[in-house]
Amino acid sequence: MSTPQTIYESLHHQGFSRRDFLKFCGISATIMGLSPSMIPRIAKALENTPKKSVIWLSFQECTGCTESLIRAHAPTIEGLIFDHISLDYHHTLQAASGRAAEQARENAMKEHHGDYLLVVDGSIPMGNPGYSTSAGISSLDMLKEVASGAGAIIAIGTCAAYGGLPHAAPNPTGAVSVEELITNKPLINIPGCPPIPAVIAGVISYIVTFGQLPKRDSLKRPITFFGQNIHDRCYRRSFYDQGLFANSFDDEGAKKGWCLYKLGCKGPVTYNACATTKWNENVSFPIEAGHGCLGCSEPHFWDAGHFYQALSVPTREIVGTAGYALAAGAAVGVASAMLNKKKKVDATKNHETVTIHDLERTSS
Amino acid sequence: MNYVDFLLWVRGPAFQIATAIFIFGLSWRLLEILSLSRKPELAVVRERGIAGGFRTIFRRFLPVDDNTFQRSAFIITAGYIFHLGFFIILLLFVPHILFFREFFGFSWPGLPTPVIGIITIMTLLALIALLINRMRHPVLRFLSGFEDYFVWIVTFLPVLTGYMAFHHFFHYPLMLALHILSVELLMIVFPFTKLMHTFTWFISRWYTGSRAAQKGVQV
Repeated sequence: MSTPQTIYESLHHQGFSRRDFLKFCGISATIMGLSPSMIPRIAKALENTPKKSVIWLSFQECTGCTESLIRAHAPTIEGLIFDHISLDYHHTLQAASGRAAEQARENAMKEHHGDYLLVVDGSIPMGNPGYSTSAGISSLDMLKEVASGAGAIIAIGTCAAYGGLPHAAPNPTGAVSVEELITNKPLINIPGCPPIPAVIAGVISYIVTFGQLPKRDSLKRPITFFGQNIHDRCYRRSFYDQGLFANSFDDEGAKKGWCLYKLGCKGPVTYNACATTKWNENVSFPIEAGHGCLGCSEPHFWDAGHFYQALSVPTREIVGTAGYALAAGAAVGVASAMLNKKKKVDATKNHETVTIHDLERTSS
Repeated sequence: MNYVDFLLWVRGPAFQIATAIFIFGLSWRLLEILSLSRKPELAVVRERGIAGGFRTIFRRFLPVDDNTFQRSAFIITAGYIFHLGFFIILLLFVPHILFFREFFGFSWPGLPTPVIGIITIMTLLALIALLINRMRHPVLRFLSGFEDYFVWIVTFLPVLTGYMAFHHFFHYPLMLALHILSVELLMIVFPFTKLMHTFTWFISRWYTGSRAAQKGVQV
């Protein structure tokens, strides 16, 4: 990597015409949720911007996030993201291995110090450091080292953003999110299990184009993609409003495509773009395939109540609690009844009969 | 604590605590009330009084005479709208039925949500009207204390927050959490306030009716 190519040069090199490039800018604007008037600005930025160095660290993860980004039918908008960036380190995608791979990472860190983009997928174990290592370096040390020189951090997937599956009770590895460890760097979360590829691509495009992170919500997610919940954008919403629900996965309601609320859909409390961008080349999304939303892009999604129980059902067992409370209340009730009875008996026993003489004596 | 932690807390530990206090208070107070023995009736009773008790329970759903109704037409009408509305919302809104199914093990059909929405607005308006009446009517205002206004608030809040949550006002998960929290507040104060009338009204009506039926002579 002698002289860094600009994104335009890179595309040109691959045989893309100027027209293709502008089309590409249009697509980028769309996935970033920007208005068409921003296209010239994007084109200008991409023409002059050197490819951004990206170091992708994988910790306690399943590679699903990477799969989500790359395992699409070519050519895709998401695939074009690789033309925006120079992916200098990525366990799954890099050709180099062993010392050579680590050397590539160290070189990129030195060369682009303070500017490279750090992408993390997977949670970090705070228990035994040996739970997750690469090249003999623990996840925690690796994260701290690479984050120290990063310009910005993208936590990709629910594991990196909130702890995800490894964080699920009882959290045997003491898994934590990136945000809990690195607080002094600009950070954006792109949660999801896995996240939507267009969202990953959109956010990276935005950072490359504008040199800053897009607007984020209270959970540090890009508002463009996480501003609305699944329920609000769900095509089955009208059935919810009409009170038409599937009661099982194979009843008449399920066949007619009615609302899956009763079957545990977490759409009302899940913020993501699934219902609009959809999955697999816009084919469908889980609810369209007949299964309720699991809420995979929200914190604690493994511990947020049963997947197949409605949102209005308490997450803890309450029938037993009610039973104990009933027994305790009855015991106190009986005790009160006995006290009341005793009071009555004592009152009768201590009752003094007042005669006319007593009254005379008192008044005198 | 973010909104997700808050929602999970109200759906989990907080609901467990509220349920425990609610059921504990309920069984304690009901048992204590029922155990308060009455003095035996020394006179020869006209009838056993059981039928008379039940008669009074149902008869008092309606005003005894036109005059009584006319004098309190507003309170009776608004009171009925609020009470019926509250129970329809509580028992016939589908997400609520799913909760009861979890608790009791059986369920029943619900109403379409727009119908629940209209009933909710009527309930809220009735509650507001009753509050205004309470504050403006000189006698009611004189008789009302802190507890009266407090139980109004804890009754009003679940209906209001439920409506706001359903219509996705502000932020749905946060509104849902506030709705559940307001219900928990209602459950906690319920056994120790006038709200206990939900369970005691039929006991006192039955008692009054049965005592009245025992008095007098058989004709």
